[in-house]
Amino acid sequence: MSVTEEADSAVAGAGRRARIGPHLLSVADLGAEGIAEVLRVAEAFAEVERRSIPKVPTLRGKVVATLFFEESTRTRLSFETAAKRLSADVLSLAVASSSVQKGESLRDTVQTVEAMGIDAIVLRHASSGAPAQLARWVERAQVLNAGDGWHEHPTQALIDCFTLRQVLAERSGTDPASLGTSCFTGLQVLIVGDVRHSRVARSQVLAYSALGAQVTVCGPASLLPPSLVGWPVTVAPDFDEALGRADVVSLLRLQAERGSGSFVPTLREYTAGWGLTANRVDRLSPRAIVTHPGPMVRGVEIASDVVELPSVVVTRQVRNGVAVRMAVLFLLLGSDRALAGLGRRRG
Amino acid sequence: MVVIRGGRVVSGGRTSRADVALAEGMVAAVGADLETPAGAVVLDAGGCLVSAGLVDLHAHLRQPGQEEAETVESACRAAALGGFTAIMAMPNTDPPVDSASVVAEIRSLAAGQPCEVLVAGAITLGRAGERLAPLGELAGLGVRLFTDDGSGVQDGALMLRALEYARGLGITLAEHCEDAALSAGGAMHEGTWSSLLGLPGIPAAAEEAMLARDLALVAQTGTPMHFLHLSTGGSVSLLASARARGLPVTAEVTPHHLALTDAAVSGYDPVFKVNPPLRPESDAQVLRRAVADGTLDAIATDHAPHPPEAKDLPFDEARPGMLGLETALSVAVRALTGYLEPEEVLARMTSAPAAIAGVSGACRPAEQAQGGELVPGAAGHVCVFDPEAAWVVEPAALASRSANTPFAGARLRGRVRHTVLAGTPVVLDAELVG
Repeated sequence: MSVTEEADSAVAGAGRRARIGPHLLSVADLGAEGIAEVLRVAEAFAEVERRSIPKVPTLRGKVVATLFFEESTRTRLSFETAAKRLSADVLSLAVASSSVQKGESLRDTVQTVEAMGIDAIVLRHASSGAPAQLARWVERAQVLNAGDGWHEHPTQALIDCFTLRQVLAERSGTDPASLGTSCFTGLQVLIVGDVRHSRVARSQVLAYSALGAQVTVCGPASLLPPSLVGWPVTVAPDFDEALGRADVVSLLRLQAERGSGSFVPTLREYTAGWGLTANRVDRLSPRAIVTHPGPMVRGVEIASDVVELPSVVVTRQVRNGVAVRMAVLFLLLGSDRALAGLGRRRG
Repeated sequence: MVVIRGGRVVSGGRTSRADVALAEGMVAAVGADLETPAGAVVLDAGGCLVSAGLVDLHAHLRQPGQEEAETVESACRAAALGGFTAIMAMPNTDPPVDSASVVAEIRSLAAGQPCEVLVAGAITLGRAGERLAPLGELAGLGVRLFTDDGSGVQDGALMLRALEYARGLGITLAEHCEDAALSAGGAMHEGTWSSLLGLPGIPAAAEEAMLARDLALVAQTGTPMHFLHLSTGGSVSLLASARARGLPVTAEVTPHHLALTDAAVSGYDPVFKVNPPLRPESDAQVLRRAVADGTLDAIATDHAPHPPEAKDLPFDEARPGMLGLETALSVAVRALTGYLEPEEVLARMTSAPAAIAGVSGACRPAEQAQGGELVPGAAGHVCVFDPEAAWVVEPAALASRSANTPFAGARLRGRVRHTVLAGTPVVLDAELVG
């Protein structure tokens, strides 16, 4: 079997390329079908990752640039690893080493990068909407949102969906792919904490609700969005009560400065009300799964002993990051010819 | 002599089919089928409304200091194309208008331009909100409106002193109502859209809190105040109740707050970033009704040019502000369809702002007044507006040095056909003369 054939067979389960793209700015760009497709392809890449040489030539000749205007070693490494495992060339631009420090605008930086002939830009930016603006400025490059301000972090939500399905499949002794997205139908998801400033929460709400889950948000009112009109969520007034009904608890990071009296009086008071403490964890149903996008602040949103419980799947989330991002890169950048080849071989 | 022929003349609350003859800078005659003397210039006004030239209470000319965005000359050309014969230059220039020399500089730059420039002064030195600017000295030079626009006067005690000091000077203080602590960090209206888009919000209360404070200060001092670019339903309620109590207050609203809503921000295009921010449709409806019932006296542009480098940025980093002079009348007429007839919209852009600016016939000799009736002996400032003319807004074709119009590519109905300043046509068939 040639390397190409092997790669193709690895993703054969993915089948036809979903009609997603050209950009991934929001989970809303995918819809339920697109999310299902990402999960399906990610499952195939998770298999690739378990090989001794976890690399396929699918994106050979493509150039992926990671532009991180905000520090995030984990997300950047995860995207770059994913791109390299697909055999894409990776250009990494960290803001500190770039001319952005010398006053060059985002627009100019992107035009410079695009002039180098890159195919995709993975953008992390502190300003909500920066990827959407970038998508208007680029001529041919595709834009992937790796987190923009308080707006969205689509791949994180996709990783969470992938991880949940994986856990649910293991529990029922089935293959994750065979579950499709039916395992999300009616799932009670409780998102807790600083929803107001959380890009992860906004992407999760879109992803989980698109897949048919019932999403509830909970937190101090000063950390909920000023308006929830148009959000497919309900608000739980009582965290302890809501915790007992949850199949999934999504904890969000609380930035220390929010607990310094501006949004909540103290971190201690936050933890008392909305932290997943050792006492509170008893309220969880035995089937509940706890996610956290990381980095966790132990002792604030989650107690140290709770982190070690089997229902807490944070390590799995990190591990699944590469496969999911491989799937996203593949679905957005994979050439039509290679993909058509997949269809033939599969038939 | 100039004869404006075949239009409907809007003047003094009446509309009548008439020609207008102008000579020696003044209106010479108004009547049906006026004779055209040999050598007279005839302007076709068929299908058009003919009114006094428009008066804008609120324009940022950016000179001195930000000439890459706009100059007095380019703003005056934009104003003339928009039908304005007088515009109030906001004092947030660099240096700001807090001294006689800057007033003199702007006036000298405005000489010979196709639009009269009225200069507003700052309330506080350097617009820093700490010490009073020389209100008396500038009042002596004819400055009639003072404001720290761009920001509000945060210190209530200082604003109280300013109102007390202004009492005998015959001037009006104008407030940009924005409590800086409440609006800090905000990039758009706080509400449904800011929550969905993950953008930091500016709550309506930031405007309303300062308005409420200032209304209490007006009640305390009796000094007239004007409120700039009010944008929320709550502000309209506060203003209406102040009016009912007989307080000497006036207020303006912008065409963009009447026509656009915060939903426009959904694509994160900074051209829609403005301060105060675009509000929800429910607020815009209250504003339209308030213009119709007279609670909001005047329509003013808040023309705020910015160069691309201030706008081609992430939304939260971009400067707030949008162009307004060249589109104001057609946008206002369109936004107020169903609320006000075009003739009444013209009144909100002529007589009402002229009175607030202190340039109406009550403050000036008839032959120099702005925004007055078109009667013999009145100043020859005329706007000829074709309510049916359709045009597409092309940012690059605007006279402004900047291109940050929120109506780029929009097909507008209604366009200024001719503008006449002191009897001299400065815009003919929607093109500048010279």
